[in-house]
Amino acid sequence: MSRVKTLQSLFKRYRRPGDIVFAWIVLIFSVFLLSQIFDQTAYQSRGKLVAQPRFWPAISLGTMSVFAVFHLLGSAFSERIEGRWREVWHWIKSVEYAGWFIAYAASVPYAGYLPTTIIFAILLTLRSGYRNAKMISAAIVSSFIVVVVFKTLLKVNLPAGRIYEVLPDGLRQIMLTYF
Amino acid sequence: MENILLGLEMLARWDVILALFIGSIGGVIIGAIPGVGPAVAIAILLPATFSLDPIVGLTMLLGIYGSSMYGGAIPAILINTPGTAVNALTSYDGYPMTEKGEGHRALSLAYSASFWGGIFGILCLILLSPVLALVAPMFGSREIFLAALLGIILVILAHRGQIFATGMLAMFGIFLQTIGLDSVTYTQRYTFDYSFLSSGVNLIVVVLGLFALSQAFLLLGNPDSSPDAKPVKGRMFVGIRELMKHKRVATVASSFGVILGMIPGTGEFTAQFMSYTYAQKTSKSPETFGKGAPEGLIASEAANNAVPAAAMIPLLALGIPGEALTAMMLSVFYVHNVIPGPQLFQNNIDLVYGLYFALIALNVIVMVFLLFSTNLLTKVMRVPTRFLGIIILILSFVGVYSLRNSLTDCMIAATFGVLGLVLKRLNLPIVPIILGMVLGGIMEVKLRSAMPRLKSPLDMIDRPITFILFVIILLVLALHLRTLFKEYRAHQPQENHDFHDSQQR
Repeated sequence: MSRVKTLQSLFKRYRRPGDIVFAWIVLIFSVFLLSQIFDQTAYQSRGKLVAQPRFWPAISLGTMSVFAVFHLLGSAFSERIEGRWREVWHWIKSVEYAGWFIAYAASVPYAGYLPTTIIFAILLTLRSGYRNAKMISAAIVSSFIVVVVFKTLLKVNLPAGRIYEVLPDGLRQIMLTYF
Repeated sequence: MENILLGLEMLARWDVILALFIGSIGGVIIGAIPGVGPAVAIAILLPATFSLDPIVGLTMLLGIYGSSMYGGAIPAILINTPGTAVNALTSYDGYPMTEKGEGHRALSLAYSASFWGGIFGILCLILLSPVLALVAPMFGSREIFLAALLGIILVILAHRGQIFATGMLAMFGIFLQTIGLDSVTYTQRYTFDYSFLSSGVNLIVVVLGLFALSQAFLLLGNPDSSPDAKPVKGRMFVGIRELMKHKRVATVASSFGVILGMIPGTGEFTAQFMSYTYAQKTSKSPETFGKGAPEGLIASEAANNAVPAAAMIPLLALGIPGEALTAMMLSVFYVHNVIPGPQLFQNNIDLVYGLYFALIALNVIVMVFLLFSTNLLTKVMRVPTRFLGIIILILSFVGVYSLRNSLTDCMIAATFGVLGLVLKRLNLPIVPIILGMVLGGIMEVKLRSAMPRLKSPLDMIDRPITFILFVIILLVLALHLRTLFKEYRAHQPQENHDFHDSQQR
């Protein structure tokens, strides 16, 4: 196999566009955290060095910063790969889906697990560009199955929605317990 | 003998059998769908298993772990897209066989080799058990500290070409586990006066963010696609007989899987590659490798399927996980107050045997299932990727929120999800963060408990096992420097960057 030559070749993980931006972010982040070490950790006058609460944060952040410097140098001295900012824009765009996730999590205690899951599945299906009834139906069915498996059968610890309180007696009990 | 019977008795329960079926068949399906993978599935299911008995929860997760690679071979062979990252080499010989109209032969060979590797790995684990029971109690705080340190070093060095980035991420993992209230001195560490940080950063929240949510964000943000695998025609049993002609390759590959599976940080990827190289070098027709050589396929699949059982060795005997999936399983042990390590073999040997039998049973279930259901799986694989992203996002919510009904956890998980996406896009590994968190915690605790017995730094290595571990650490570092020097002198040319996308699957 011509593509598989040496053990090293399989282990190499080459740089991708945006690598240097990530390298800068991590270096700034680690140096900032390291600069806070005296404020954010304690040093007790008694006790050995390795038993100090400051020891492991100092070791990890110190080594992280050193690695981050070398990683940045490696990126800086390597050939520039086109598409750096396009890649960064892709990262930023993913924050939208993080927002969807948080909004979903924030809605469940109010609107209930079953309704919220179905609504979010439909909205995300539309957001993903699917417009046909087949995909929307698949989203409804899949989200219903997820709720049944986890809440109804496995009884995982999820809150009942406040909206269920306005339902008629019999239905309210069922929804509060199983959905 | 009594312990073996107790182990069998543990499995003879309807809930354990059900978990075994769900785990093993679910694992095959998950492995067969490119873009999901066992790490995502285990991360999502992890909190749900906390309410189950340890043997039930572990059986289910073990089922997913052990069977996903069987499923991952299907897209690798049929559409040249490995279902899991460790099936990458399977596609080299599997796909050319499909192109030649021998898809059923390739699949059958892959299943048979996987079964061989799986059973070989479990037999080694069972045979090694008495040795483990003997050696494990010799591991005190110092030994476990050095073993964990060796694990961290190996994880970093195994990621050649990106060692600085991996080191940085592993250290970030170690730092993450220090956040919160220090359990010995009761002082705050990096909480920035936020109360939610006092209890620390939860490993499961990080795992769900880095593995599951990042995958959802990745799939939702990328263009939609739907893998088109054609159903296979032909007898699926042909490979079993053919495998018998290549017993040597299968056995050596499985041995590589077992040996490398035991070493933290290396695992399937290295085992698979070394087996493939061995098979090619010892083959009578090495020129056929990459063009549909059955030995190449066998080497790759036997090696990666021998790893799960072997990876259980450091986890069960020392409580040290070697990779992300066993690190996740460690949390199931902890939640049920079953602490893996030297005492496990003395106090919970029935559980250990139960797990062994579960591993054997899952290989049999998967093998039978696959021989009859491959064409069904080719339909499941066609799920559009963005839709898959939606389902993973919805499932991730269950995992994160069911832990303690905390919106803050969801926000932390979402943040790690974005970080995971960035790492995957940059083809940087996620595993060092998780191993850093787990092994960092172990190192801190073990070093502290070893302190009263240490008068000078040399006392750290004055026992036989600590000395051996220390020598291994030095040897690993020296070998790495030697390889770097040799590489520098050889001036190896750069290869195609697109080939190296192992972290994106």
